[in-house]
Amino acid sequence: MSSENTYNYRVVRQFSIMTVVWGIVGMLVGVVIAAQMAWPQLNFDIAWLSFGRLRPLHTNAVIFAFGGSALFATSYYVVQRTCHVRLFSDGLAAFTFWGWQAVIVLAAITLPLGITSSKEYAELEWPIDLLITVVWVAYAVVFFGTLMQRRIKHIYVANWFYAGFIITIAVLHVVNSAAIPVSLWKSYSVYAGVQDAMIQWWYGHNAVGFFLTAGFLAIMYYFIPKQAARPVYSYRLSVVHFWALVFTYIWAGPHHLHYTALPDWAQSLGMVFSLILLAPSWGGMINGIMTLSGAWEKLRSDPILKFLIVSVSFYGMSTFEGPMMSIKTVNALSHYTDWTIGHVHSGALGWVGFISIGAMYYLIPRLFNRELYSVKLAEMHFWIATIGIVLYITSMWISGVMQGLMWRAVNTDGTLTYSFVESVQAMHPYYIIRFLGGALYLAGMLIMAYNLYRTVVGAKPYEAAIPAAAH
Amino acid sequence: MADFVSAFWHWYIIVPTLVGILALFPLVIFNRGKKSGGEPETMGHVWDEDLEEYNNPLPSWWLNMFYITIVFGIAYLILYPGLGFYKGVLGWSSKGQYESEISAADKEFGPIFEKYASEKIATLARNEEAMRTGERLFANYCSTCHGSDARGAVGFPNLRDGDWLYGGEPEQIKTSILNGRRGVMPGWQAALGEEGVKNMTEFVLSMSRKNVDLDAAQAGRERYNQICVACHGADGSGNKALGAPDLGDGVWLYGGSPKAVTQSIAQGRQGNMPPHKDFLGEDKVHLLTAYVYSLSAGEAQ
Repeated sequence: MSSENTYNYRVVRQFSIMTVVWGIVGMLVGVVIAAQMAWPQLNFDIAWLSFGRLRPLHTNAVIFAFGGSALFATSYYVVQRTCHVRLFSDGLAAFTFWGWQAVIVLAAITLPLGITSSKEYAELEWPIDLLITVVWVAYAVVFFGTLMQRRIKHIYVANWFYAGFIITIAVLHVVNSAAIPVSLWKSYSVYAGVQDAMIQWWYGHNAVGFFLTAGFLAIMYYFIPKQAARPVYSYRLSVVHFWALVFTYIWAGPHHLHYTALPDWAQSLGMVFSLILLAPSWGGMINGIMTLSGAWEKLRSDPILKFLIVSVSFYGMSTFEGPMMSIKTVNALSHYTDWTIGHVHSGALGWVGFISIGAMYYLIPRLFNRELYSVKLAEMHFWIATIGIVLYITSMWISGVMQGLMWRAVNTDGTLTYSFVESVQAMHPYYIIRFLGGALYLAGMLIMAYNLYRTVVGAKPYEAAIPAAAH
Repeated sequence: MADFVSAFWHWYIIVPTLVGILALFPLVIFNRGKKSGGEPETMGHVWDEDLEEYNNPLPSWWLNMFYITIVFGIAYLILYPGLGFYKGVLGWSSKGQYESEISAADKEFGPIFEKYASEKIATLARNEEAMRTGERLFANYCSTCHGSDARGAVGFPNLRDGDWLYGGEPEQIKTSILNGRRGVMPGWQAALGEEGVKNMTEFVLSMSRKNVDLDAAQAGRERYNQICVACHGADGSGNKALGAPDLGDGVWLYGGSPKAVTQSIAQGRQGNMPPHKDFLGEDKVHLLTAYVYSLSAGEAQ
């Protein structure tokens, strides 16, 4: 078959495999730093292994290496198959793969060396930021180029979400990373003081909103109806919640800066829009879960569907929790505590992790034209990972609320009841439980890697034919 | 309002905010759809073999939730600051909230510390209830540097050993906490040279131990009498008015190993105890003084 008649599965395969690889690496680093929180001597007094350097490595690896590879893989797969056309440019697509891997490798080298711009979730220094920009522009060209050549008139809903995610991330990255270099590996932000903090959290919150939400909602909109073999529940709901979501999310950043030097008016707007964000977020959850109505029995036997549906449930839970935590009086208790960590991980492990895992179980066998090696192992993966998440988030909830209450407890003479170190001591058992939860989740990933390896070992790369033009 | 350089920004905030929030109403109202009897129909589009879409109406519970959050948002922006210069009906501000909470706390707890402040420090140090309060103040404000057990760390004095840089009398301790202290030991590398630093180290160590290089110590003594004597005194017993430590008592703020002493002489040391007068107020400092005094009251004699 000539390449015009087939989809480009090569780049999808590459990104899919790296999704699993970087998932394991990023989560392993997460488990290591979780252990360091419980047993600080595990940094062995080596600067490269210290928490402050490994933590950004963990966040970058799971968000941009694992999550990013999943987004590249699925968006390239979905845009081709829902437009009935091969990717706009094989060469540019290959460039995005190798470029993105180069970014990840550079991150893995520079962050442990202590080279950082010190902006959260945007720690990479300016030369790497430039490389990200170039790769991202190439990504946009491939994606939108493919979309423009589509052979189906209507654009499938997943592609709107991918498009929104690609455009917004470009804007966020360029604005937030604006810096003045002073040497090859050191630059200073062009913003100062509270403006810098506001830009940082405008970026930080929308990295969650567009990278980890809009992008992964796109995955949800393709893989759930496909795996369930059911039509999407409501087209009009997808239109309404898409526009409401992308409009509202962009305002919500100031809720990270409650009770700080940020002016009151900005804090209020951040809180108001975070609350209004609840319904637009839940629109995606409703569309995901209700797509399965009439086919609930499939959940019993299909671990892939289990991953996808439980993922959407965690999405609903954390997008309820988020607006609640943005309310100033709640935030006064939750801010700076482990509650925030628990919230982030119910989104990261539950929503982003599970939807990506489900998509990879669907995708990888198809990319090699094989059947999944073991449904039983996938089922086992599901339960181990679910228990891991539950241990992780409940321990962080308890620890976080306890911390918040201990910090504000006051004696009858007006002195604080607890010193800071007493709250640290009280958190210790929960840190151990969190470590166990994370270790279980990582174990699940290893089972997945083995299962997928057995699935594809010895298989020849598969090239799928593009169906004839629709009439 | 100092946040804005011109009234333009006031409207720049208000107009998109209100237009944006209000635009959510037509977005949901015109798209909500009607419930039709029977099986839902698909939109008629098919992608990738079998991908289709129903067009179910927006769930009414979801719509109501959306309306409630929008109405709440608008009400919040009427009550609280959010729309540019507009301060909100309630007149709330984070600065105002902070100030009213602090003044409420001062009103409630101030008299407790006021009462203690009228007592003598030595008397207060034997008052068990007062010392429990003092201990909690210490745990929150002092333990970061001096340790939870007040035994200090390298560079941070041990407060239990009865050895005082600036004096252990109640008034001297109180002055240390109220106004802070700055310990300045200059570096002598340039003046003494490498050999000179080595000799000086031996001499300083000879004041508290026996196994030193006597020739080097003798050479160090000559320079000591020219340079160090001004602060540390001819017999090395220090000067509490300057905070110059006793060199012969075996208590070392920065470590007593030859390496640590060499570094102290060559590079000097900078100690900084911050002032707490404005931060805690005189009354609380008075009580803290009594607590710190009580820690070594038994040992000093």
